[in-house]
Amino acid sequence: MKTSDELRTVLSDLFKNQKLAVLATHNHGQPYTSLVAFGASEDLRYLAFATTRSTRKFNNLSGDPRVSMLVDSRSNRVSDIRKAVAATATGRAEEVESEEREELLRVYLSKHPHMEAFARSPSCALLRVEVETYYVVRQFQKVFELHMKP
Amino acid sequence: MKLCIPLEDIESGVRREVGGKAFALARMADEGFSVPRAMSVTSAAYRQYVELTGLGERIGLELNRKDFHDMRWEEVWDASLRIRNLFLNTPIPRAIEDVLRHEVGEAFADVPVVVRSSAPGEDSAKTSFAGLHESYVNVWGTDAIVEHIRKVWASLWSDGALLYRQELGLDYETSSMAVLIQEIAVGDRSGVAFSRNPNDPEQSVIEAVYGLNQGLVDGTLEPDRWTLNRNTATIISHRAGSRDQRMVPSSEGVRLEALEAGDIQGPLLSDEEVSGVFGLAMRAEHFFGRPQDVEWTYRERRLYVLQSRPITTLSGGSEEDKRPWYLSLKRSLGNLEALRKKIEENLIPAMIREAEDLALSDLKGLADEDLALEIVRRKKIYDDWYGVYYRDFIPFAHGFRLFGQVYNDTMEPSDPHEFIDLLSDTGMVSVERNRRLGELAVMIRENSGLRRALEQGNLDFEGTFKKKVEAFMQDFRDLSWESSRVFNEEAAFIRFLLEMASRPAETGGKKSRDAARLRKEFLRRFQDVKRTEMEAFLDLARTSYRLRDDDNIYLGRIEGRMLVSVHEGQKRIFARSGKSAENLSVEDVIKGLKDSHFVPQDPETARAEKKEKDFKPRQLVGQPAGPGLARGAARVIREATDLMSFKAGEILVCDAIDPNMTFVVPLSAGIVERRGGMLIHGAIIAREYGLPCVTGVPEAVELIHTGDKVTVDGYLGIVIIG
Repeated sequence: MKTSDELRTVLSDLFKNQKLAVLATHNHGQPYTSLVAFGASEDLRYLAFATTRSTRKFNNLSGDPRVSMLVDSRSNRVSDIRKAVAATATGRAEEVESEEREELLRVYLSKHPHMEAFARSPSCALLRVEVETYYVVRQFQKVFELHMKP
Repeated sequence: MKLCIPLEDIESGVRREVGGKAFALARMADEGFSVPRAMSVTSAAYRQYVELTGLGERIGLELNRKDFHDMRWEEVWDASLRIRNLFLNTPIPRAIEDVLRHEVGEAFADVPVVVRSSAPGEDSAKTSFAGLHESYVNVWGTDAIVEHIRKVWASLWSDGALLYRQELGLDYETSSMAVLIQEIAVGDRSGVAFSRNPNDPEQSVIEAVYGLNQGLVDGTLEPDRWTLNRNTATIISHRAGSRDQRMVPSSEGVRLEALEAGDIQGPLLSDEEVSGVFGLAMRAEHFFGRPQDVEWTYRERRLYVLQSRPITTLSGGSEEDKRPWYLSLKRSLGNLEALRKKIEENLIPAMIREAEDLALSDLKGLADEDLALEIVRRKKIYDDWYGVYYRDFIPFAHGFRLFGQVYNDTMEPSDPHEFIDLLSDTGMVSVERNRRLGELAVMIRENSGLRRALEQGNLDFEGTFKKKVEAFMQDFRDLSWESSRVFNEEAAFIRFLLEMASRPAETGGKKSRDAARLRKEFLRRFQDVKRTEMEAFLDLARTSYRLRDDDNIYLGRIEGRMLVSVHEGQKRIFARSGKSAENLSVEDVIKGLKDSHFVPQDPETARAEKKEKDFKPRQLVGQPAGPGLARGAARVIREATDLMSFKAGEILVCDAIDPNMTFVVPLSAGIVERRGGMLIHGAIIAREYGLPCVTGVPEAVELIHTGDKVTVDGYLGIVIIG
């Protein structure tokens, strides 16, 4: 791995193959993680997920929009430690509305078509995470960073 | 795998891909039986469709909302309706559609066909499930045929199929459906033949009607029936059917037409023809190596096989298995019309008379012994009516479900329950009761003097208000819920009215406009005779929908009269023994009245509300039954007095809403119900008032406590606690 393009390809492949991400929020300093179905924009600048507004994660985000998300390729085998790729993203989440929402929804639903009824429900919020940095771990301990905001 | 295979090219290796029905017909054609020209749309087409569109996963989400064992039949029906609507709203991807259109166009461009299900599990030796999946008769042209393929696919998930999911091995990840497209054989006489009578192994049975087989298979027409000796091939008996109509192809589907006089009189089948059908059934049995159920038709004296499957019976299970009863609810339209007449003209008036008669007799003057006899008598009357309710009213309620399916097939709405809006606004008794309650509340709201007097507990009010309260009590005092009369105590009733008066007046009337518009749009899709038929059907559905609520009210009145006699007994036992008798069962009250030494046992200490400290429910899942979002304090209804404590803006949480308790609904901000389904009273009334509603939350009453802050998400069918 020598270039940021290679790293971008690793991320794109990972996001294409994985359906779920771990989302970290916090409530007055108390970390809180959730499993969410996610989507990623082609340029990797944004990650997206949906949640109803009555959830704890949504409530936490209202207090502090800073999040971390983990996407990985583990398969619950010993060899994961060598083979799995894990990408940690940090950034800020924000609920998107109207036209922006439709655009992001398209990205999200192309990955999770069966979530349409859920994501389109009026009680459901679509959140866009603007990624600041990716931390990508491969082959156990090889770690690279990709800074989306110079 | 090919998406389409003509019948003559079906070989032994593709049985699973073409399904049992197509496979059996292909083998019979090989053997020289006369079989209509046909083609199989293989299960590969179904699989590609659900995979490419993501429909497979959506079916999975729908079916995994809750544990199947927790689902009531109504919920199964709802799930099936929603899945069917997913199919109707999901176009076939271009790549598949092009192939289907090409093959169908080549084979059946200008001939009418039957589009039949041919599920891989169906009709095999082990499992034969006639009628769980759908068939469409007399479909014309490529567009219509391709559209009906999708409907047959959807019927893989029919409510009947879901009930038998274990026997069928139904699984959203692996199950699939093949379709058989068969040139229609418009016979002059048609029927079924059982090579072996399921009730007598020495006999065969043949049933026949004039015209298409459809009229017999769906139960509309009563057939002629012959029994034959299997060994000697001689006719043992012949019983003529009603023979007044026959089913014929019409411009769209099929229709009934009157028989000509000659057909009504003459023999439907000659003895020779009966022998012909018998011979066919026996040859089929011989060929497949087990008794067969054969559908056949005579066209210009030539005998065709339409389908053949091994005979198995659906029930087979224990007496506990009520599924055959459920399937029997699917009545034909003619049957429902007859039932409607019986209910409207006989049963409902009789129920009203019964309640009135019961109100006349004076209980106070009866000796204890006689009161006991009176309670027994009233209990018996109530039980009898309850039996009628199960036998006639529940099957009649099926009328509006049947309509729902036709509506969805016609309109393909995005909301599978849109048809309910078309049925509402039918002047239900419960709505009338709520209107009168509203009237009383308005009087309090507009008269501050009256309100203050009532608030101070001054119940000695005068004038119109008093008259109206009395009239209301007169009409509705007998309503019972959970074996208690709801409006029993005047003080509690007044408190409830004050609560109603404390909230702003409601604005109504939005639904009726919707209903008129929907009705117009629906009927516009039909012309001529079909339109008249649909108007009649809609009228039947509206009656079915209205009576679904009203029958409960009338039954509630009879139960109320029964309970009055029980309360009188409880009062006497209390007066005599000094021990509380409120919770005595009917049986114990009767015992206590007959035996002057009977002393009620001390009631078990009321179940303490158990609240575990380390375990807390946060989000419960049910079915979305009324769109909207509401947040408020929960009011869990466990007994009739809880209803009277209801505060405006609370969330109504209950086991099952009964029309006799729906008067609190206008006060509530949202509804959560343990019992599930879109067509239950809670869902219907929530829709009527536009309230967020979630039904089918199995643990609702145990896990939610009065006072808990809850959010009702009626869009997604979830309830958030805390």
